[in-house]
Amino acid sequence: MDFVREKSGEAARGCARCVRAVCLMILSALLWGPAWGDEAPETVEVADPYIELHTGPGRGYPIFHVEARGARIMLLKRKTTWFKVRTDREIEGWVDRLQLERTLDPSGERMHVQEATAEDYARRRWEAGVMGGEFDGANEISVYGAYAMTRGLSAELSLSQVLGEFSESMLFGVDLLAQPFPDWRFSPFFALGTGVIDTNPRTVLVQAQDRNDRMSHVGIGLRTYLSRRFMLRMEYRSHVAFTSRDDNEEIDEWKIGFGVFF
Amino acid sequence: MENRIRGVFLMRARIAARSGVFALTAMLVASGALAQAPEGDIVGAEPVVQPQFDRRMVKENRIDTEDFEVGVFAGVMSVEDFGANSVFGARLAYHVTEDIFVEAAYGMTDTGLTSYERLGGAVTVLTDDEREYSYYNLSLGYNLLPGESFIGRGRAFSSDMYLIGGIGATEFAGDNRFTWNFGAGYRLLLNDWLALHADVRDHMFDIDVLGENKTAHNIEIHTGATVFF
Repeated sequence: MDFVREKSGEAARGCARCVRAVCLMILSALLWGPAWGDEAPETVEVADPYIELHTGPGRGYPIFHVEARGARIMLLKRKTTWFKVRTDREIEGWVDRLQLERTLDPSGERMHVQEATAEDYARRRWEAGVMGGEFDGANEISVYGAYAMTRGLSAELSLSQVLGEFSESMLFGVDLLAQPFPDWRFSPFFALGTGVIDTNPRTVLVQAQDRNDRMSHVGIGLRTYLSRRFMLRMEYRSHVAFTSRDDNEEIDEWKIGFGVFF
Repeated sequence: MENRIRGVFLMRARIAARSGVFALTAMLVASGALAQAPEGDIVGAEPVVQPQFDRRMVKENRIDTEDFEVGVFAGVMSVEDFGANSVFGARLAYHVTEDIFVEAAYGMTDTGLTSYERLGGAVTVLTDDEREYSYYNLSLGYNLLPGESFIGRGRAFSSDMYLIGGIGATEFAGDNRFTWNFGAGYRLLLNDWLALHADVRDHMFDIDVLGENKTAHNIEIHTGATVFF
């Protein structure tokens, strides 16, 4: 019996030890977990005769230090096309992407800095942007998001605020865009879509009423790649609003803006 | 490891040379070192330095990118005909290149009485709700003068002077009004991720509340803080 008690006591102690060990493991995982994720910073070796360190992430910031060929530098963070680095002597500064590409990575290869290119632009899946323009003579601000199903075909949602002299409107649209020549520098696209327009007359017009109309439209536009993740986009749309009055209303819309892609 | 083995080897070799039985001992030690060498380490005829086949590439996505900037601001905004009041707002910016950034901002202020209302006594042009002024805008900025600002003798901070302009909407006097804005600002980077701003901005829109249709210029001066992420 004593033997059993002793055994069970031992088992209990063993269990407690196990629990303690697990607790310790969890605790250490919590404490050191982030450190495991944060491996040592990436290090490259200077291959040019020297590399220039600026005080800030831009060509306008002065060069305050140079590292000679063979020096090893750690990559800390990135702002636009500039990289913050730390040298062996704990000097921190900013290096341009073009200079960083003339360093060697740990395998002895030229360092390759990933940068969104025209190629990524051609292969983009998601696109979002802001545009400004004119809708039936009134000023318009518009945001949009698009998903490319193939290189030539994408679906798009847009929301616009139209601020006119007599009324303000919110416009919501769903579009299908065909881009027949995705490889062209200035690539045209054609849009076909439908939407809803909600119009509120200005407070100065006492008699007018709020309106909510369905619309459909065709459009034509042009997109071009600018730099990094940016593109320029301009378009024209011809809308038909199915009003509750006898005749349908035809509305012209012009807009131009920027988009980013992912 | 290799270095240590080489070090031991050299030390023993030196001692052996002193005692005059260099060749024999060296051979013995060499064979001993061979026996002790861990698997894969080759000492002797083979090259001492082994080529490293560990092709480690720099994983760029592990480098933290800080192109976004978010922050709040407070200041004074003068609304044409309606007096100057404190303004509060928030901004979000994305830095496309070292030169160009895009910014979305939202701000709100209250407006006061026009001089017509103040002199006229009981007359009011707007209700209290209509006096609340809020705006949003989408702007493009250009860092015109990047450089350093010197504060005291021994301190230099990175800073930018930028030009900024864009479009947006202002809700004021019961309506949303299409608004152009342009201005200039100063960004002082306290460190890599924290910046102070001082901005002057003109917000322009057409308004006809006071009888005639005119373009109102509303000047805003604010200071703020942002963090990069």
